[in-house]
Amino acid sequence: MNDFSSAFTAALSLLASGDADLAEIIALSLQVSLGAVFIATCIGMPLGAATALYKFPGRRTVVVILNALMGLPPVVVGLIVYLLLSRMGPFGVLGLLFTPTAMVFAQVILIVPIIAALSRQIVEDLWREYDEQLRSLGAGPLRCMATLLWDGRFSLLTAVLAGFGRASAEVGAVMIVGGNIDHVTRVMTTSIALEVSKGNLAMALGLGMVLIVLSLAINGSAFLLKESGLRKHA
Amino acid sequence: MSEALQNEILPLEIEELTFEAGGKRLIKEVTHKFRAGPRTVILGPNGAGKSLLLRLCHGLLKPASGKIRWCGAAADDPARHQAMVFQRPVMLRRTVAANIDYALSLRGMDRDARKVRVEKMLESTGLSRLANSPARVLSFGEQQKLALARAWAVKPRVLFLDEPTASLDPAATHAIEDVIDAIHKAGTRIIMTTHDLGQARRIADEVLFMHRGRLLESSPADAFFERPEDEQARAFIHGELLWWDQPETRLQ
Repeated sequence: MNDFSSAFTAALSLLASGDADLAEIIALSLQVSLGAVFIATCIGMPLGAATALYKFPGRRTVVVILNALMGLPPVVVGLIVYLLLSRMGPFGVLGLLFTPTAMVFAQVILIVPIIAALSRQIVEDLWREYDEQLRSLGAGPLRCMATLLWDGRFSLLTAVLAGFGRASAEVGAVMIVGGNIDHVTRVMTTSIALEVSKGNLAMALGLGMVLIVLSLAINGSAFLLKESGLRKHA
Repeated sequence: MSEALQNEILPLEIEELTFEAGGKRLIKEVTHKFRAGPRTVILGPNGAGKSLLLRLCHGLLKPASGKIRWCGAAADDPARHQAMVFQRPVMLRRTVAANIDYALSLRGMDRDARKVRVEKMLESTGLSRLANSPARVLSFGEQQKLALARAWAVKPRVLFLDEPTASLDPAATHAIEDVIDAIHKAGTRIIMTTHDLGQARRIADEVLFMHRGRLLESSPADAFFERPEDEQARAFIHGELLWWDQPETRLQ
């Protein structure tokens, strides 16, 4: 308990000091996670909406696979991306291994199924309500998809937040493909793991606190945005 | 050739139309010809198949058998020249004006023309003051007016109305009926369902009476209300319950 309180105090003073290394780690973490969430949203939402709207052979299988992939083990994804990007891999020539781009790539693979599966459920529920009205107005499949994604935007925010939660807390995949290189690919989660192994609990706890505060701030902002949107547009 | 004639899709002929769902035949061999002109009210008790018939005519459902033929000059693209208002219309999560604009954008109208048309529709339906309000927070009566404005905006030749005033109070019902009247006077063919006899008397030029999926009578409104030919139509007008499968339970 004493260790915890002293680590906590040290963490607070570290945060208060505005440590440049800490700021760099926080900035890279946000860059990687938000970048991955943005790309995964661009892929996952249309994918989920298309799965909800279009009837095609094997649709149920796709739904089951999407749902199952929500639980992808990060270390396995990290390993696969590592193999793809390593010098011997098919994309080795790009030289992306141990770069933030590789970390974003791995996180996108992890998040796309989460955003797609949750989006599918939200859009499918909305489609039950909108189906006849949109068809009556003459909306084609693509326009229906765009309309449902727009009208479901407040609920879909939850899917994006779930993706962000996964990305910001993830350590296994980014550790493998990023390598936790100081000033290059070190993010909060990999840094916490490293600091703990070094016994630097103050730094680890400081980073942990920042991670939680950031997560709370982003989720809180999204919640307020959703509430205000729903109040305005019911 | 006038625009009206170019866009004319009527008459609409339905022949031996049947519809099945869940192993039950819900529409049974309905045959009728909707000509241009009068307002048709499809009358009947709950479960008669009125709404299903509208959805079949509008193309939202596919019949199990039978034919639906649009025979007018613009019959090659009938979907473009018809619209429907539902008993519970879906309001898109945007403003009142944007809801109308959305319907117009689907018809490929350019932005400037849409703006003018939206304003005209808002004015015609008395919704101008609510133009920038979110559509979903309107009262049910206002939402139904907006649904009519949205449907009217695309200048349909035929407008299907599925019990548009069900669960509205008398004042709101009259307001909706005024809009329906204005749409009719603007040249749109009205085909609507109701189980409200008073409303049918006020609106109908022609009445189709349905019961248990069958079209039992089609007559001019005056003749229908004065001398209904079908026994069940007569019972319906007199407010008797239609328990025709169990005649012994019929109220005397």
